[in-house]
Amino acid sequence: MARNGVASWRRRSSDQFDDPSPCGSEDVHVLAVDDSLVDRKVIEHLLKISSCKVTAVDSGIRALQFLGLDEEKAAGDFNGLKVDLIITDYCMPGMTGYELLKKIKESSALREIPVVIMSSENVLARIDRCLEEGAEDFIVKPVKLSDVKRLRDFMTRDVGDRVRSDGEGTTHKRKLQESSDVSSSSPSVSSASSSSSSSLPTTPSRSPSPSPSVSLSEPSSPSPSTGSSGPCSPSSLESPTRRLKMTSCCD
Amino acid sequence: MDVGLMQMQRRLAEYTSALFKEGILDSQYVQLQELQDESNPDFVVEVVSLFFTDSEKLLNDLSRDLAQQNVDFRRVDAHVHQLKGSSSSIGAERVKNACIVFRNFCQEKNIPGCQRCLQQIKQEFLLVKSKLETLFKLEQQVVAAGGSIPTSGSLPTMQQPIL
Repeated sequence: MARNGVASWRRRSSDQFDDPSPCGSEDVHVLAVDDSLVDRKVIEHLLKISSCKVTAVDSGIRALQFLGLDEEKAAGDFNGLKVDLIITDYCMPGMTGYELLKKIKESSALREIPVVIMSSENVLARIDRCLEEGAEDFIVKPVKLSDVKRLRDFMTRDVGDRVRSDGEGTTHKRKLQESSDVSSSSPSVSSASSSSSSSLPTTPSRSPSPSPSVSLSEPSSPSPSTGSSGPCSPSSLESPTRRLKMTSCCD
Repeated sequence: MDVGLMQMQRRLAEYTSALFKEGILDSQYVQLQELQDESNPDFVVEVVSLFFTDSEKLLNDLSRDLAQQNVDFRRVDAHVHQLKGSSSSIGAERVKNACIVFRNFCQEKNIPGCQRCLQQIKQEFLLVKSKLETLFKLEQQVVAAGGSIPTSGSLPTMQQPIL
Protein backbone atom coordinates (compact mmCIF):
# COMPACT_ATOMS: atom_id res chain seq x y z
CA MET A 1 0.00 0.00 0.00
CA ALA A 2 1.99 2.46 -1.11
CA ARG A 3 1.53 5.36 0.48
CA ASN A 4 4.75 5.85 2.10
CA GLY A 5 5.53 8.83 0.03
CA VAL A 6 4.27 11.33 2.47
CA ALA A 7 3.75 13.89 -0.17
CA SER A 8 1.12 11.80 -1.79
CA TRP A 9 -0.87 11.28 1.33
CA ARG A 10 -3.94 13.21 1.89
CA ARG A 11 -4.03 13.29 5.60
CA ARG A 12 -7.18 13.99 7.39
CA SER A 13 -7.19 15.20 10.88
CA SER A 14 -8.30 12.46 13.11
CA ASP A 15 -10.90 14.56 14.77
CA GLN A 16 -12.96 14.23 11.72
CA PHE A 17 -13.66 10.86 13.08
CA ASP A 18 -15.43 10.37 16.30
CA ASP A 19 -13.58 7.20 16.83
CA PRO A 20 -10.99 6.99 19.47
CA SER A 21 -7.48 6.40 18.35
CA PRO A 22 -7.54 3.79 15.69
CA CYS A 23 -4.21 2.48 16.72
CA GLY A 24 -5.50 -0.04 19.15
CA SER A 25 -4.76 -3.29 17.54
CA GLU A 26 -8.05 -4.80 18.45
CA ASP A 27 -9.99 -2.05 16.81
CA VAL A 28 -9.24 -2.85 13.25
CA HIS A 29 -12.13 -4.65 11.69
CA VAL A 30 -11.54 -6.17 8.32
CA LEU A 31 -14.12 -7.49 5.95
CA ALA A 32 -12.58 -10.24 3.85
CA VAL A 33 -14.29 -11.34 0.65
CA ASP A 34 -13.27 -14.48 -1.20
CA ASP A 35 -15.21 -17.24 -2.85
CA SER A 36 -12.52 -19.81 -2.15
CA LEU A 37 -12.97 -21.60 1.12
CA VAL A 38 -9.28 -22.34 1.43
CA ASP A 39 -8.31 -18.76 0.77
CA ARG A 40 -10.93 -17.46 3.13
CA LYS A 41 -9.60 -19.57 5.92
CA VAL A 42 -6.06 -18.46 5.24
CA ILE A 43 -6.80 -14.77 4.99
CA GLU A 44 -9.00 -14.90 8.02
CA HIS A 45 -6.23 -16.45 9.99
CA LEU A 46 -3.60 -14.10 8.65
CA LEU A 47 -5.72 -11.19 9.77
CA LYS A 48 -6.53 -12.62 13.16
CA ILE A 49 -2.94 -13.33 13.87
CA SER A 50 -2.25 -9.73 12.98
CA SER A 51 -4.68 -8.61 15.64
CA CYS A 52 -7.54 -7.74 13.39
CA LYS A 53 -11.14 -8.55 13.86
CA VAL A 54 -12.33 -10.38 10.79
CA THR A 55 -15.60 -10.94 9.07
CA ALA A 56 -15.20 -13.26 6.12
CA VAL A 57 -17.83 -13.59 3.43
CA ASP A 58 -17.88 -15.57 0.25
CA SER A 59 -19.23 -13.09 -2.26
CA GLY A 60 -19.48 -9.46 -3.20
CA ILE A 61 -23.20 -9.54 -2.67
CA ARG A 62 -22.80 -10.76 0.85
CA ALA A 63 -20.16 -8.14 1.43
CA LEU A 64 -22.55 -5.42 0.36
CA GLN A 65 -25.23 -6.87 2.54
CA PHE A 66 -22.90 -6.84 5.47
CA LEU A 67 -21.95 -3.28 4.75
CA GLY A 68 -25.55 -2.31 4.66
CA LEU A 69 -25.40 -1.13 1.12
CA ASP A 70 -28.04 -3.48 -0.09
CA GLU A 71 -30.66 -2.00 2.07
CA GLU A 72 -29.63 1.56 1.42
CA LYS A 73 -28.80 2.16 4.99
CA ALA A 74 -27.68 5.61 5.90
CA ALA A 75 -24.09 6.42 6.40
CA GLY A 76 -22.70 5.27 9.67
CA ASP A 77 -25.53 2.91 10.19
CA PHE A 78 -23.76 -0.35 9.64
CA ASN A 79 -25.43 -2.26 12.36
CA GLY A 80 -22.76 -0.95 14.61
CA LEU A 81 -19.96 -2.89 13.05
CA LYS A 82 -17.63 -0.39 11.58
CA VAL A 83 -15.44 -1.83 8.90
CA ASP A 84 -11.97 -0.37 8.69
CA LEU A 85 -10.72 -2.23 5.68
CA ILE A 86 -12.13 -4.39 2.96
CA ILE A 87 -9.94 -6.98 1.38
CA THR A 88 -11.41 -8.78 -1.56
CA ASP A 89 -10.46 -11.34 -4.13
CA TYR A 90 -10.63 -10.12 -7.67
CA CYS A 91 -11.90 -13.21 -9.43
CA MET A 92 -15.20 -14.23 -8.02
CA PRO A 93 -18.28 -15.58 -9.70
CA GLY A 94 -21.20 -13.22 -9.73
CA MET A 95 -19.74 -9.93 -8.65
CA THR A 96 -16.02 -9.59 -9.14
CA GLY A 97 -13.81 -7.81 -6.68
CA TYR A 98 -13.51 -4.98 -9.13
CA GLU A 99 -17.25 -4.59 -9.34
CA LEU A 100 -17.46 -4.68 -5.58
CA LEU A 101 -14.79 -2.03 -5.40
CA LYS A 102 -16.74 0.18 -7.75
CA LYS A 103 -19.91 -0.20 -5.79
CA ILE A 104 -18.16 0.70 -2.60
CA LYS A 105 -16.52 3.75 -4.09
CA GLU A 106 -19.79 4.86 -5.58
CA SER A 107 -21.45 4.81 -2.22
CA SER A 108 -21.19 7.95 -0.17
CA ALA A 109 -21.57 5.87 2.94
CA LEU A 110 -18.79 3.48 2.14
CA ARG A 111 -16.34 5.11 -0.17
CA GLU A 112 -13.97 6.11 2.58
CA ILE A 113 -13.33 2.54 3.54
CA PRO A 114 -10.05 1.43 2.05
CA VAL A 115 -10.34 -1.51 -0.29
CA VAL A 116 -7.53 -3.89 -1.07
CA ILE A 117 -7.73 -6.27 -3.98
CA MET A 118 -6.16 -9.74 -3.99
CA SER A 119 -5.55 -11.68 -7.12
CA SER A 120 -3.62 -14.69 -8.21
CA GLU A 121 -3.08 -13.05 -11.54
CA ASN A 122 -0.30 -10.55 -11.66
CA VAL A 123 -1.78 -8.60 -14.51
CA LEU A 124 -0.72 -5.02 -14.81
CA ALA A 125 -3.84 -3.85 -16.56
CA ARG A 126 -5.90 -5.30 -13.81
CA ILE A 127 -3.78 -3.75 -11.12
CA ASP A 128 -3.96 -0.37 -12.76
CA ARG A 129 -7.64 -0.55 -13.24
CA CYS A 130 -8.22 -1.37 -9.62
CA LEU A 131 -5.99 1.37 -8.39
CA GLU A 132 -7.61 3.86 -10.71
CA GLU A 133 -10.94 2.86 -9.32
CA GLY A 134 -9.70 3.70 -5.86
CA ALA A 135 -8.25 0.53 -4.47
CA GLU A 136 -5.63 1.12 -1.86
CA ASP A 137 -3.48 -1.75 -2.80
CA PHE A 138 -3.27 -4.84 -4.85
CA ILE A 139 -1.87 -8.00 -3.38
CA VAL A 140 -0.81 -10.91 -5.52
CA LYS A 141 -1.84 -14.21 -4.07
CA PRO A 142 -0.90 -16.24 -2.23
CA VAL A 143 -1.19 -13.71 0.53
CA LYS A 144 1.60 -13.74 3.02
CA LEU A 145 1.92 -12.55 6.55
CA SER A 146 4.12 -9.70 5.43
CA ASP A 147 1.34 -8.46 3.17
CA VAL A 148 -1.10 -8.38 6.02
CA LYS A 149 1.40 -6.77 8.34
CA ARG A 150 1.86 -4.02 5.84
CA LEU A 151 -1.87 -3.49 5.68
CA ARG A 152 -2.02 -3.37 9.43
CA ASP A 153 0.61 -0.70 9.52
CA PHE A 154 -1.42 1.28 7.08
CA MET A 155 -4.52 0.86 9.17
CA THR A 156 -2.77 1.84 12.32
CA ARG A 157 -1.46 4.94 10.74
CA ASP A 158 -4.60 6.18 9.14
CA VAL A 159 -7.74 4.30 9.76
CA GLY A 160 -10.32 5.55 7.40
CA ASP A 161 -7.92 7.63 5.49
CA ARG A 162 -7.71 6.90 1.92
CA VAL A 163 -5.36 8.00 -0.69
CA ARG A 164 -6.43 7.75 -4.21
CA SER A 165 -4.24 7.14 -7.05
CA ASP A 166 -4.71 10.46 -8.62
CA GLY A 167 -4.93 9.01 -12.00
CA GLU A 168 -1.25 9.08 -12.57
CA GLY A 169 -1.29 5.41 -12.84
CA THR A 170 0.95 5.13 -9.86
CA THR A 171 0.93 1.67 -8.66
CA HIS A 172 0.66 2.47 -5.02
CA LYS A 173 2.10 -0.73 -4.08
CA ARG A 174 5.17 -0.64 -2.21
CA LYS A 175 7.27 -3.55 -1.56
CA LEU A 176 8.15 -4.35 1.95
CA GLN A 177 7.92 -1.39 4.16
CA GLU A 178 11.59 -1.57 4.82
CA SER A 179 12.50 -1.11 1.23
CA SER A 180 11.42 1.78 -0.84
CA ASP A 181 10.47 4.77 1.09
CA VAL A 182 9.01 6.73 -1.69
CA SER A 183 5.78 5.72 -3.18
CA SER A 184 6.60 3.86 -6.26
CA SER A 185 4.99 6.43 -8.34
CA SER A 186 6.81 5.84 -11.51
CA PRO A 187 4.71 7.39 -14.16
CA SER A 188 6.38 5.11 -16.56
CA VAL A 189 4.00 2.49 -15.43
CA SER A 190 1.22 4.14 -17.25
CA SER A 191 3.16 5.41 -20.14
CA ALA A 192 3.48 3.60 -23.34
CA SER A 193 7.16 3.32 -23.00
CA SER A 194 8.43 0.00 -22.10
CA SER A 195 8.77 -0.70 -18.49
CA SER A 196 11.44 -3.12 -17.75
CA SER A 197 10.55 -5.63 -15.20
CA SER A 198 13.03 -4.49 -12.68
CA SER A 199 11.81 -0.95 -12.63
CA LEU A 200 8.23 -1.87 -12.36
CA PRO A 201 7.09 -1.52 -8.83
CA THR A 202 4.06 -3.48 -9.53
CA THR A 203 5.45 -6.68 -8.32
CA PRO A 204 3.11 -6.20 -5.56
CA SER A 205 4.33 -6.70 -2.16
CA ARG A 206 5.72 -10.08 -2.43
CA SER A 207 8.92 -11.71 -3.22
CA PRO A 208 9.00 -13.80 -6.33
CA SER A 209 7.53 -17.16 -5.89
CA PRO A 210 9.80 -20.12 -6.01
CA SER A 211 8.58 -20.94 -9.43
CA PRO A 212 8.71 -17.66 -11.19
CA SER A 213 9.16 -19.04 -14.62
CA VAL A 214 5.92 -20.82 -14.45
CA SER A 215 3.85 -17.93 -13.40
CA LEU A 216 5.27 -16.00 -16.28
CA SER A 217 3.12 -17.89 -18.64
CA GLU A 218 0.01 -16.77 -16.94
CA PRO A 219 -0.46 -13.28 -18.17
CA SER A 220 0.28 -14.16 -21.70
CA SER A 221 -2.72 -16.30 -22.15
CA PRO A 222 -4.97 -14.20 -24.22
CA SER A 223 -8.47 -13.89 -23.05
CA PRO A 224 -10.85 -11.20 -23.86
CA SER A 225 -13.08 -9.98 -21.22
CA THR A 226 -12.45 -9.67 -17.65
CA GLY A 227 -14.64 -8.91 -14.80
CA SER A 228 -17.31 -11.06 -16.20
CA SER A 229 -19.08 -13.30 -13.86
CA GLY A 230 -17.94 -16.80 -14.15
CA PRO A 231 -14.49 -17.74 -15.20
CA CYS A 232 -12.05 -15.09 -14.61
CA SER A 233 -9.43 -15.13 -17.24
CA PRO A 234 -6.39 -12.96 -17.15
CA SER A 235 -6.99 -9.95 -19.26
CA SER A 236 -3.50 -9.25 -20.11
CA LEU A 237 -4.35 -7.91 -23.49
CA GLU A 238 -6.77 -5.32 -22.33
CA SER A 239 -4.56 -2.35 -22.92
CA PRO A 240 -2.29 -3.93 -25.42
CA THR A 241 -0.23 -0.94 -26.28
CA ARG A 242 0.74 -0.38 -22.72
CA ARG A 243 0.76 -3.86 -21.56
CA LEU A 244 2.64 -5.81 -24.11
CA LYS A 245 5.77 -5.46 -22.11
CA MET A 246 4.00 -6.63 -19.07
CA THR A 247 4.39 -10.23 -19.92
CA SER A 248 8.04 -9.99 -19.34
CA CYS A 249 7.60 -8.27 -16.07
CA CYS A 250 5.08 -10.32 -14.39
CA ASP A 251 6.91 -12.62 -12.21
CA MET B 1 15.62 -36.60 26.03
CA ASP B 2 15.14 -39.97 24.62
CA VAL B 3 16.77 -41.18 21.52
CA GLY B 4 13.45 -42.32 20.09
CA LEU B 5 12.11 -38.80 20.08
CA MET B 6 15.28 -37.45 18.56
CA GLN B 7 15.09 -39.96 15.81
CA MET B 8 11.49 -39.15 15.15
CA GLN B 9 12.27 -35.48 14.95
CA ARG B 10 15.14 -36.13 12.62
CA ARG B 11 12.92 -38.19 10.43
CA LEU B 12 10.32 -35.48 10.43
CA ALA B 13 12.89 -32.88 9.55
CA GLU B 14 14.29 -34.93 6.72
CA TYR B 15 10.90 -35.79 5.38
CA THR B 16 9.81 -32.18 5.39
CA SER B 17 13.02 -31.04 3.83
CA ALA B 18 12.66 -33.52 1.01
CA LEU B 19 9.21 -32.23 0.20
CA PHE B 20 10.59 -28.79 -0.34
CA LYS B 21 13.58 -30.04 -2.27
CA GLU B 22 11.35 -32.00 -4.60
CA GLY B 23 9.20 -28.97 -5.20
CA ILE B 24 6.12 -30.65 -3.82
CA LEU B 25 5.72 -27.86 -1.32
CA ASP B 26 6.85 -24.29 -1.60
CA SER B 27 7.35 -21.34 0.69
CA GLN B 28 3.66 -20.71 1.06
CA TYR B 29 3.45 -23.87 3.11
CA VAL B 30 6.00 -22.38 5.43
CA GLN B 31 3.77 -19.33 5.73
CA LEU B 32 0.96 -21.54 6.89
CA GLN B 33 3.18 -23.20 9.44
CA GLU B 34 4.13 -19.83 10.76
CA LEU B 35 0.50 -19.04 11.32
CA GLN B 36 0.10 -22.01 13.57
CA ASP B 37 0.55 -21.45 17.25
CA GLU B 38 -0.78 -22.60 20.57
CA SER B 39 -4.07 -20.88 20.06
CA ASN B 40 -4.40 -22.45 16.62
CA PRO B 41 -2.52 -25.70 16.89
CA ASP B 42 -4.35 -27.40 14.06
CA PHE B 43 -4.40 -24.60 11.58
CA VAL B 44 -2.28 -26.25 8.95
CA VAL B 45 -4.09 -29.54 9.12
CA GLU B 46 -7.42 -27.75 8.89
CA VAL B 47 -6.50 -25.69 5.89
CA VAL B 48 -4.91 -28.61 4.14
CA SER B 49 -7.95 -30.76 4.80
CA LEU B 50 -10.11 -28.09 3.24
CA PHE B 51 -7.80 -28.10 0.30
CA PHE B 52 -8.10 -31.86 -0.09
CA THR B 53 -11.86 -31.81 -0.04
CA ASP B 54 -12.10 -28.80 -2.27
CA SER B 55 -9.67 -30.26 -4.78
CA GLU B 56 -11.28 -33.63 -4.96
CA LYS B 57 -14.51 -31.98 -5.86
CA LEU B 58 -12.84 -29.80 -8.45
CA LEU B 59 -11.07 -32.75 -10.00
CA ASN B 60 -14.34 -34.58 -10.30
CA ASP B 61 -15.94 -31.54 -11.86
CA LEU B 62 -13.09 -31.31 -14.31
CA SER B 63 -13.39 -34.93 -15.33
CA ARG B 64 -17.04 -34.41 -15.94
CA ASP B 65 -16.54 -31.17 -17.80
CA LEU B 66 -14.05 -32.70 -20.17
CA ALA B 67 -16.25 -35.68 -20.84
CA GLN B 68 -19.03 -33.55 -22.20
CA GLN B 69 -20.08 -33.66 -25.79
CA ASN B 70 -19.43 -29.97 -26.13
CA VAL B 71 -16.80 -28.98 -23.68
CA ASP B 72 -17.47 -25.70 -21.99
CA PHE B 73 -13.96 -24.34 -21.75
CA ARG B 74 -14.92 -21.36 -19.70
CA ARG B 75 -16.24 -23.70 -17.10
CA VAL B 76 -13.18 -25.86 -17.28
CA ASP B 77 -10.98 -22.83 -16.95
CA ALA B 78 -12.93 -21.57 -13.98
CA HIS B 79 -12.44 -24.85 -12.18
CA VAL B 80 -8.76 -25.02 -12.95
CA HIS B 81 -8.40 -21.44 -11.85
CA GLN B 82 -9.92 -22.33 -8.51
CA LEU B 83 -7.70 -25.31 -8.12
CA LYS B 84 -4.68 -23.31 -9.04
CA GLY B 85 -5.63 -20.72 -6.48
CA SER B 86 -6.14 -23.06 -3.61
CA SER B 87 -3.07 -25.14 -4.34
CA SER B 88 -1.07 -21.95 -4.47
CA SER B 89 -2.51 -20.84 -1.17
CA ILE B 90 -1.31 -23.90 0.65
CA GLY B 91 1.97 -24.23 -1.15
CA ALA B 92 1.23 -27.29 -3.25
CA GLU B 93 3.64 -26.16 -5.89
CA ARG B 94 3.47 -29.01 -8.34
CA VAL B 95 -0.29 -29.06 -8.37
CA LYS B 96 -0.29 -25.35 -9.00
CA ASN B 97 2.19 -25.67 -11.84
CA ALA B 98 0.19 -28.44 -13.43
CA CYS B 99 -2.84 -26.19 -13.32
CA ILE B 100 -0.98 -23.46 -15.12
CA VAL B 101 -0.09 -25.81 -17.93
CA PHE B 102 -3.66 -27.01 -18.03
CA ARG B 103 -4.96 -23.50 -18.49
CA ASN B 104 -2.81 -23.02 -21.53
CA PHE B 105 -4.33 -26.07 -23.16
CA CYS B 106 -7.69 -24.78 -22.14
CA GLN B 107 -7.06 -21.51 -23.90
CA GLU B 108 -6.21 -23.47 -26.98
CA LYS B 109 -9.33 -25.53 -26.55
CA ASN B 110 -7.15 -28.57 -26.84
CA ILE B 111 -9.15 -31.40 -25.34
CA PRO B 112 -6.56 -34.17 -25.48
CA GLY B 113 -4.04 -31.75 -24.00
CA CYS B 114 -6.48 -30.89 -21.25
CA GLN B 115 -7.12 -34.49 -20.51
CA ARG B 116 -3.45 -35.26 -20.24
CA CYS B 117 -3.07 -32.31 -17.95
CA LEU B 118 -5.91 -33.42 -15.84
CA GLN B 119 -4.22 -36.75 -15.33
CA GLN B 120 -1.08 -34.92 -14.41
CA ILE B 121 -2.89 -32.76 -11.91
CA LYS B 122 -4.55 -35.77 -10.37
CA GLN B 123 -1.21 -37.46 -9.98
CA GLU B 124 0.36 -34.44 -8.40
CA PHE B 125 -2.61 -34.01 -6.15
CA LEU B 126 -2.51 -37.58 -4.96
CA LEU B 127 1.19 -37.25 -4.39
CA VAL B 128 0.97 -34.13 -2.27
CA LYS B 129 -1.98 -35.55 -0.41
CA SER B 130 -0.14 -38.70 0.44
CA LYS B 131 2.99 -36.84 1.41
CA LEU B 132 1.17 -34.40 3.63
CA GLU B 133 -0.77 -37.15 5.31
CA THR B 134 2.48 -38.87 6.10
CA LEU B 135 3.95 -35.61 7.28
CA PHE B 136 1.05 -35.00 9.63
CA LYS B 137 1.42 -38.50 11.01
CA LEU B 138 5.08 -37.94 11.70
CA GLU B 139 4.24 -34.68 13.40
CA GLN B 140 1.62 -36.35 15.51
CA GLN B 141 4.14 -38.94 16.59
CA VAL B 142 6.60 -36.31 17.60
CA VAL B 143 4.02 -34.39 19.55
CA ALA B 144 2.72 -37.55 21.19
CA ALA B 145 6.21 -38.37 22.30
CA GLY B 146 6.50 -35.00 23.94
CA GLY B 147 8.36 -33.18 21.23
CA SER B 148 7.38 -30.10 19.34
CA ILE B 149 7.04 -29.48 15.67
CA PRO B 150 9.55 -27.11 14.24
CA THR B 151 8.49 -24.83 11.49
CA SER B 152 10.42 -25.43 8.39
CA GLY B 153 12.14 -22.10 8.42
CA SER B 154 14.03 -21.51 5.28
CA LEU B 155 13.98 -24.16 2.75
CA PRO B 156 15.24 -26.47 1.56
CA THR B 157 17.77 -26.58 4.33
CA MET B 158 16.18 -28.11 7.30
CA GLN B 159 16.90 -27.25 10.84
CA GLN B 160 18.48 -29.77 13.11
CA PRO B 161 16.13 -31.80 15.16
CA ILE B 162 15.05 -29.99 18.23
CA LEU B 163 16.38 -31.32 21.45
